[in-house]
Amino acid sequence: MHMAPAETPAAAAWGRLLDRQVEDLAMVQFVTPDGALTPAGEEYGVDVDLAQRLHRDMVLARRLDTEALALQRQGELNLWLMSWGQEAAQVGSIRALRQTDMVFPSYREHAAALCRGIAPAELMAQWRGIRHAGWDPSVSRFHIYSLVLGTQTLHATGYAMGAAMERSDEVVAVYFGDGSSSQGDVNEALNWSAAGTLPVLFFCQNNQWAISTPTTTQMRTPLHRRATGFGLDAYHVDGNDVLAVHAVTDVAARRIRAGSGPGLIEAQTYRFGGHSSSDDPQRYRTQADFDLWMGRDPLVRLERLLRTLGVEDDWFKELQEESDAFAVDVRSACKALAGSDLCDLFGNVYAEAHPVLAGEREQHMAFLAALESQGEA
Amino acid sequence: MTTLTLGAAINAGLRQAMTDDDRVLVLGEDVGVLGGVFRVTDGLHAEFGPDRVVDTPLAESAIVGTAIGLALRGYRPVCEIQFDGFVYPAFDQIVSQLAKMRARSGGLLKLPVVIRIPVGGGIGAVEHHSESNEAYFAHTAGLRVVSCSNADDAFHMIQQAIHSDDPVIFYEPKRRYWEKGTVANEPSLGLHQAGVLRRGTDCVLAAHGPTVATALAAATAAEEDGYSVAVVDLRSISPLDLSTVRDLVRTTGRLVVVHEASTFFGLGAEVAAAVTEQCFFELKAPVLRVGAYNMPYPPAQVEDHFLPDVDRVLDAIDRSLDY
Ligand SMILES: Cc1ncc(C[n+]2csc(CCOP(=O)(O)OP(=O)(O)O)c2C)c(N)n1
Repeated sequence: MHMAPAETPAAAAWGRLLDRQVEDLAMVQFVTPDGALTPAGEEYGVDVDLAQRLHRDMVLARRLDTEALALQRQGELNLWLMSWGQEAAQVGSIRALRQTDMVFPSYREHAAALCRGIAPAELMAQWRGIRHAGWDPSVSRFHIYSLVLGTQTLHATGYAMGAAMERSDEVVAVYFGDGSSSQGDVNEALNWSAAGTLPVLFFCQNNQWAISTPTTTQMRTPLHRRATGFGLDAYHVDGNDVLAVHAVTDVAARRIRAGSGPGLIEAQTYRFGGHSSSDDPQRYRTQADFDLWMGRDPLVRLERLLRTLGVEDDWFKELQEESDAFAVDVRSACKALAGSDLCDLFGNVYAEAHPVLAGEREQHMAFLAALESQGEA
Repeated sequence: MTTLTLGAAINAGLRQAMTDDDRVLVLGEDVGVLGGVFRVTDGLHAEFGPDRVVDTPLAESAIVGTAIGLALRGYRPVCEIQFDGFVYPAFDQIVSQLAKMRARSGGLLKLPVVIRIPVGGGIGAVEHHSESNEAYFAHTAGLRVVSCSNADDAFHMIQQAIHSDDPVIFYEPKRRYWEKGTVANEPSLGLHQAGVLRRGTDCVLAAHGPTVATALAAATAAEEDGYSVAVVDLRSISPLDLSTVRDLVRTTGRLVVVHEASTFFGLGAEVAAAVTEQCFFELKAPVLRVGAYNMPYPPAQVEDHFLPDVDRVLDAIDRSLDY
């Protein structure tokens, strides 16, 4: 039953897959929600070892989300935006890239961030209100989060211009949401990257909602079709099918690396949680909508497939234990996060010395000293 | 006379304006079924329908640009920008289009567009959700800029803004949305008049929006130390009601301006310059400013140290009195 990757030469498989993509933008799916392989999935074949690694990534990402939401409810985090439901889209795509490919995330890409080695504490620092960004992008090749929607697509485009000028074979990947695709910036990035044949991979997680606004309010033409109009290679994939996402991203990245210009992947997925920990999704979406998508859960689907392919119960048990230990670490890492001090922030604003900031810092220190001496008096 | 939260008062004001005039429309992200992330438009979609309460695509430039088109056709659009830090994608439409179109047309065109912006910090938010950007818009000729601080003003000022034939940037102090106050049936002041909330003989505090409550608390604390401090709620930032401020300054000789925005090139600087020009000989101390430092709004954990609080206002009053 195991289909080793050697049986299906990846090159041939991705070539065939791509031909199909170009002819027909039907959504690529390898594994059905019940965990059965589709004909495309059969043809591509399953690398069980890879599938297990992707499953582990998804399980840990979901655990981070669950713990972080609980920490928010306990007042340890100010806010949390879950990637719950979108694990396959994020894990499948980032794992198909090279570690050296630069990534520009939006703000919900925790599953992708974990794959890049960003620690839970680094992620949570932002939502605990300690720092605006918790990690050094030069280490992880994962840029800081962008909260102003869609802006990062242009940053990725510019970064890719540099890569193109240097004739590097990097791919610059950028994540954004269906709602964000209404922003001018996103459309400018699609246009420019195509006009300049730049190595950008646009990855849209279409989770059906932008807070309370459904995708149908944002656009009439599906995003992957819009992208072809701009001149990008476009792909449409079941975003809750991690194997399909991985394969399609692999296809797209190879083409971009070979110099064919930007690509866009639209991954159909669903945000199981509210928009954020402050949101109440029951105000705008139905239980039936939620239940429909619950039936397409990316983790359940892969677990079913893996079990069919003979992965033993023990492996899942071990993963559960690893996840439990990880949860303990997440909680303690959150509570151990050091606080921040306003006095330290004056120096972060400008790269070079600045008299206004220097003066204000002095003024602030003097004010604190005066308060303290009043307190003592 | 009823009691409402500030947020509910804006909701009631919008409902009143929409009932009075069917050319009044509401446009914004999530303003429809959800009622906005702060629920300020709650119930309006159900009451007035999707043509008049429009859930827009997620694009601020489009929201304002489209509102301009609607206004050119005789509608009176009220745009909601979800958070202060998300108005900048619309900056061109506001600054180069909305603000200038009347002058560019030689005075022929009217642009009765209101842009509502929840403003300021103090709610423990992540970046871009706590900014105070009134100075950008006040610096732009062609825009009127107002800021409400309490439920009564919120209810009346939103309607007055909608009645204005000029574009109005309407600031709502988001950390005060849940504060209750009584709302009178009739407005006591015009849209661009400052309100004197407290009389005093030693020093004047001028504030707007979220810092009005801070100024009032500081005045109360100063009274315990034996100082008589007046408080004026500026309410309108552009135009500024200088005559009200000037009259108070003439009796005290001292003025401290309080706002959340950074002091550098801010509202306080404008007030200080204007008051100095007009009351030079009555001033006993330079006009002082209490506001933010010249840095991006910091992470939530330190916002309490960053926002002007009672201690910082009292410190400024002390410094003013020490001259
Ligand atoms: C320019 C801008 N406008 C508004 C917002 C407020 N906002 C934050 S997330 C969001 C919805 C985003 O939807 P989508 O792009 O589909 O991503 P998702 O949250 O579903 O992952 C909105 C309106 C923002 N962050 N930036």
